[in-house]
Amino acid sequence: MSEILEKRKKQIRRKGAGPYEMTCEKHSLAGAVSQRACVFCGSRVVLYPIADALHLIHGPVGCAAYTWDIRGALSSGPQLHRRSFTTDLREQDVIHGGEKKLYQCLKELIAYYRPKAVFVYSTCIVGVIGDDVEAVCRQVSRETGLTVISVASEGFKGTKKDGYRAACRALSELVGTGDISSISPFSLNILGDFNIAGETWAIREYYRRMGIEVVSTITGDGRVEDIRRAHGARLNVVQCSGSMVHLAREMKEKYGIPYIHVSYFGLQDMSKALYDVAEFFQDAAAMQKARRLVREEIDRVLPELMRIRTDVQGKKAGIYTGGAFKAFSLVASLRMLGIRTAFVGSQTGSPDDYKRLEEFCDPGTIIVDDANTMELVRFSQETEIDLLIGGVKERPVAYKLGIGFCDHNHERKISLAGFEGMLHFAQEVHASVMSPVWKLIDRKNINVGNA
Amino acid sequence: MSSQMSTIFTATRNPCRMCTPLGAVMVFSGIADAVPFLHGSQGCSTYIRRYLIGHFREPVDIACSNFSESSVIFGGWQNLQAGIQTIIEQYHPQLIGIATTCLAETIGEDLPQMIRRLQNELPESGPILVSVSTPSYQGSHTDGFRRAVKAVVEKLAQDGPAGRHINVFSGMISPEDIRHLKDIFMDFGLDAMILPDYSDAFDSGIWSRYEKNIESGTAIESIRRCGQAQASIEFGSVGDASASAGDALLRRFGTPLYELAFPIGVRLNDIFFERLRMLSGCEVPSRYVGQRSRLIDSYVDAHKYVFGKKTVLYGPADWVAALAVFLDEIGMIPVLCAAADCTGKLKEYLAEHLGPDKAERIAVIEDTDFASIEEKAAALRPDILIGDSNGYKISRNLRVPLVRLGLPIHDRIGASRITALGYRGTQQLFDRIVNALLETQQDNSPVGYTRL
Repeated sequence: MSEILEKRKKQIRRKGAGPYEMTCEKHSLAGAVSQRACVFCGSRVVLYPIADALHLIHGPVGCAAYTWDIRGALSSGPQLHRRSFTTDLREQDVIHGGEKKLYQCLKELIAYYRPKAVFVYSTCIVGVIGDDVEAVCRQVSRETGLTVISVASEGFKGTKKDGYRAACRALSELVGTGDISSISPFSLNILGDFNIAGETWAIREYYRRMGIEVVSTITGDGRVEDIRRAHGARLNVVQCSGSMVHLAREMKEKYGIPYIHVSYFGLQDMSKALYDVAEFFQDAAAMQKARRLVREEIDRVLPELMRIRTDVQGKKAGIYTGGAFKAFSLVASLRMLGIRTAFVGSQTGSPDDYKRLEEFCDPGTIIVDDANTMELVRFSQETEIDLLIGGVKERPVAYKLGIGFCDHNHERKISLAGFEGMLHFAQEVHASVMSPVWKLIDRKNINVGNA
Repeated sequence: MSSQMSTIFTATRNPCRMCTPLGAVMVFSGIADAVPFLHGSQGCSTYIRRYLIGHFREPVDIACSNFSESSVIFGGWQNLQAGIQTIIEQYHPQLIGIATTCLAETIGEDLPQMIRRLQNELPESGPILVSVSTPSYQGSHTDGFRRAVKAVVEKLAQDGPAGRHINVFSGMISPEDIRHLKDIFMDFGLDAMILPDYSDAFDSGIWSRYEKNIESGTAIESIRRCGQAQASIEFGSVGDASASAGDALLRRFGTPLYELAFPIGVRLNDIFFERLRMLSGCEVPSRYVGQRSRLIDSYVDAHKYVFGKKTVLYGPADWVAALAVFLDEIGMIPVLCAAADCTGKLKEYLAEHLGPDKAERIAVIEDTDFASIEEKAAALRPDILIGDSNGYKISRNLRVPLVRLGLPIHDRIGASRITALGYRGTQQLFDRIVNALLETQQDNSPVGYTRL
């Protein structure tokens, strides 16, 4: 088994081993085969679900090729977000600058596709060749009357988290530009849910049943006009805190809109989200409706969850996610199914996230920041897990070692949020760990000591 | 709608090309004890990993020098140095294949010079460093692939006494096709070095340990001998000659080069097998005579189902070229040949191989995108599409079947096991095409015949 690299040791922690100390939010170690992506990736995934905007990637072709129709983020109307547009810069553009090409692309695409707004993503070399993307965007804006927003997402300028920040800055150019006169005092924005497999729709329906108006969904099933009106809501409900908290903070400063953090994964967290919202509005009727809703929904899914639990309890899992917020809900959801989490990590957790994880997890649990492939292999084998939860990049790590895997990333096509989502999650776990194929693989005999 | 369809776009809409480093990474992954390394941003390696994992459903480890803002200002030397060190510690490779990205090239990194310096700093027993220039604003993934093969050969090939072995630069083909080629060479008694050979790295069984990731592939020792080979075979005759490994060996060692189209269909395979007969001095083994005969027999069985069927072909130019020749031989009409990359030679190739009259009736576009293919395809009313999964939307919108071939295939299982080469591979492809047509005919029939 490969050794942990010396320079990585401070980003790995075993609960109970001495006083809490852990490093994170560092640039990834060169050569370490990190599971992270880049600034552009952060911006792209956050803004992607805005379905009536045109998303133009300014740079060579690769960044657009790899992110075409990549998320499982659904739209109830326009499907423009599922296309991939790029200026596809060539050698001559790199030499002479890409501004003219960008201008030309924008004018033609806007005339043909008639989007409600445009996001222009800068990729690595755009900053280096000196294109004034903002100026081109302003000019096209003037000429077309459309909002054209420059997203400063050059890949090397930080980590994925910086990409979230750039996306939030872009969004805040839209917020505050729409008419808010007809918005109810019982109203909120859903921030940080991306409508993977219709999750935003489920959450929106819960709030509707509580008598609360959803002004905008940022960005799942997102629409430019709704985001323009977001400042008319009384509350921002923020999931996936890493990606959306910047916008929530800015809206608090600028418009005085308070925000709360929630998670829609797992029965406990989902219920708590609804209660917290009802409590915020201090409305007895809303609270009563929330209670009824929670009771009804849990009654609906609990029997099946308990049946699944009898099959899967006693298994062990590892978790590796993009943001850390999801890890908490996953540990809790697995606990509900009788599954212990042996290691848990994320690409972009904050010091606060990891400290809370340490408190939340069982003794001995390994906590890791920005793991690389070899570390995931090592932890998976060492802790003898039956199940790894992560994204597609982690899938082959599990499968090659004969371990079950559940996709909990943004490319999945199964909704895992909300009460119904917890049932789907349990079914996924069940299909993963109960499959008879694992019986054909002798995990115990996997030779871990002989590299 | 028609006025809109004639709109010309400066932007690329739904790209066909992937970027050049992706091809280089595939090559380095197919060399034994080698690790691919990208000199640039973290995202490049992660996106390419993600893309290849989606296709092969196998682990793909790509290291990266992971540029930060300061690397862009002061250069990436320190990151490169640190990254190589980390890779050595973790993977203990014998070769590290370093491909540049658009960022590294744009800031003017002199990678060959850096590699020389780094190599000098490494101990004798340390890995060999090979670099290739693959800025994504220059060419496509297929160009990156060819350039990397050439870079490896140029770095490793040594002079020496002439041998009987042959070099095979088989291009971007599936793991199963690589395995099939190996069988063919073995049956001819030919000692063949296939570069790259990712048949195991991208399509392996359950592992005993993860480090296996890098162990399989073309042996470095075999690559060293490629200057002494009796000949090179290189597939993909419409590719860029300046990036040809076979051409490099011809110039440096005088190794004869046979540039062949991908052997798909009877005609192109006959050329390939004749070449092997001459190189080996052996007659075509009986099993291939049998495969050829059965393939033709199936052509006869199915000829009416495929005759005159209009086909949209898309993918790398060299694949499109060979497939067009194959379709022509079974009576299908490649109404649109769309190349992701830009060779400028596809039209000429088709005229040469199908005759000027037929070629005249084929719409040929190079360096295109899927939005353009869809607009062209809609007007041509095809019966079937052949190409990678990215054409699925077109197939859905036009309600015609898609036979999946190439990369990426990320909406089906078994991309690694799809074959098209040799008589046997063609057989599989032919059966899939015929059955896709039959299935569509059956599904669309108001009668629902149970026998066709």
